[in-house]
Amino acid sequence: MKPKTLFDKIWNSHVVDSIPDGPDVLYIDRHYIHEVTSPQAFTGLRKRSIPLFRPKRTLATADHNIPTEHQERPIREELSRIQVETLSKNCKDFGVELYGLGHPYNGIVHVIGAELGFTQPGMTIVCGDSHTSTHGAFGSIAFGIGTSEVEMVFASQCVLQPKPKKMRINIEGKLRRGVTAKDIILYIISQISASGATGYFVEYAGRAIRSLSMEARMTICNMSIEMGARGGLIAPDETTFAYMEGREFAPQEKEWDIALEKWKTLKTDPDAVFDKELNFKAEDIRPMITYGTNPGMGMAIKGTIPHLEDIPKSEQLSFQKALKYMDFEPGMKLEGYPIDYVFLGSCTNGRIEDIRAFASLVKGKKKAESVTTWIVPGSRQVEKQAYAEGLVKILEEAGFAFRQPGCSACLAMNEDKIPAGKYAVSTSNRNFEGRQGPGARTLLASPLTAAAAAITGKITNPADLM
Amino acid sequence: MAIDKFEILTSTCVPLPAENVDTDQIIPARFLKATSREGFGENLFRDWRYDKQNTPVKDFVLNNSKYSGKILVTGKNFGSGSSREHAAWAIFDYGFRVVVSSFFADIFKNNAMNNGLLPVQVSETFLKNIFEEIEKDAATELQVNLEKQEIKLLATGDKETFDINPYKKLCFLNGYDDIDFLLSKKEKIIAFEQQRKD
Repeated sequence: MKPKTLFDKIWNSHVVDSIPDGPDVLYIDRHYIHEVTSPQAFTGLRKRSIPLFRPKRTLATADHNIPTEHQERPIREELSRIQVETLSKNCKDFGVELYGLGHPYNGIVHVIGAELGFTQPGMTIVCGDSHTSTHGAFGSIAFGIGTSEVEMVFASQCVLQPKPKKMRINIEGKLRRGVTAKDIILYIISQISASGATGYFVEYAGRAIRSLSMEARMTICNMSIEMGARGGLIAPDETTFAYMEGREFAPQEKEWDIALEKWKTLKTDPDAVFDKELNFKAEDIRPMITYGTNPGMGMAIKGTIPHLEDIPKSEQLSFQKALKYMDFEPGMKLEGYPIDYVFLGSCTNGRIEDIRAFASLVKGKKKAESVTTWIVPGSRQVEKQAYAEGLVKILEEAGFAFRQPGCSACLAMNEDKIPAGKYAVSTSNRNFEGRQGPGARTLLASPLTAAAAAITGKITNPADLM
Repeated sequence: MAIDKFEILTSTCVPLPAENVDTDQIIPARFLKATSREGFGENLFRDWRYDKQNTPVKDFVLNNSKYSGKILVTGKNFGSGSSREHAAWAIFDYGFRVVVSSFFADIFKNNAMNNGLLPVQVSETFLKNIFEEIEKDAATELQVNLEKQEIKLLATGDKETFDINPYKKLCFLNGYDDIDFLLSKKEKIIAFEQQRKD
């Protein structure tokens, strides 16, 4: 038999039908929904007078719009409140399980799906959210879809998708001190650009990837979309199985054994061919920070912003526009540059390990007075665990307040907006113009780098404080 | 629910040469709170179109009465970032029916096609050519012929063919909708579910 990639194996086993010269009808195992991209899809079902075909495969949460303080009170902002209430009504009407505001399982959709074990190896997973790629960390095909496609999945548990091309990114070697999963992915994107993987589905491989925890793998897969990839996945292994065992929706007892046998076969065959293959060395990666307005504009914290002549002619205008927005100059060093805000959280870096990393660096130190910080857990379960492990106490002693879970300042749909012109070191995934609030200037970085900046008030290499 | 039929469109264009235009620029997140599909055109490119005092930004192309039409011509990697379909709705709601670029982000491309907004991918050279012609004359017209998969600068006669998935082409030409198609596959889907259980 022809050797196959892991992606091919999962994709092919989910094809219900193929349209000649057209997309495949792809069966979807898990469908996550939230309040922002689902209401129009529910309206579509009502207009057609059809039920939601497989509600048991669907899980809902409220995350994008919710406040991160006083969640026990009604949402103040009217439109946000209506959207969250609309989700509750829709879930009730169509029989979908909802972990809404106040539920012990509430949280950011990509954080809860994994921690509940609803996401499992070998599955196809979609959500009306581009960071659905996060779930690829379990060895599944997970990708973001639009609202029309959400309606397709509601109606038929399938989407129409052309099969993407395949890319493998290998990272061999050992990571340096202070270098985290976030630095790996920011480094890759800085090397291949924000559109470098458009049209591809990426498999991450190599020893540096294998050495990572599940949560770190999620951070990497999460940002696959930031280089344009349809998604990214990592073959499941003992790390994956250990993480899965005993989770709320994970298979139990005899079913666990059956599942495990199947999951162990989920890997790319040795001679399988990818459309494109890239290789990086872990030793070349340093703690990273972005300086521009797309995630591809990243560099080592100790590096310098490129000079205009280093940028291809066709991209110089965009480069200049980005630096103007950020109020930076070509050739500038950013280390030591003062910042105003620090945001720890999001589906990229809002899990317990991220909070542990941040707390480990600030322990026994004091937050810089000039910096405002928002520390936002990714879910109620992460919040609970942070209290139980004493992390919140460490944070509070160092001068940091701990908020309630939600997407928060990552996209600033709730009140958590970075003011215009202010610099925010952010562990989220996008530094687009206005993403964290109109006029806000975002510097993407790891939780360790965010912690270092919160202590010194400046862009700082975390390795210097460790 | 079906989309509008699309055959041939001849129109003047609105040029937006910026590259890497992400969907946060097309429609900022704070405008995603609606629960219907309509009305997003009002906030299309909101933060480029209006300043902090909500005054129209003079040099932004949508505020320049010189340019109008049903075709938006943009720089490469258009529609990157967030999967929000609101971006496609906003562009359609504003009145555009075609977006021309040398490169589209995947999710945006799907979203556009699911809403009757045709993404036409052209070569870098042809894109440059279009921008130059519009620069010379704001009344420059483009003709998009879907049946022939051809885009033409009417003034010069310069043309190029573009790719579209044959299934999607059929949908556009006939105004078909993916959901009707999927519903027609219900029996096959149920059979697939049963066979997987064995």
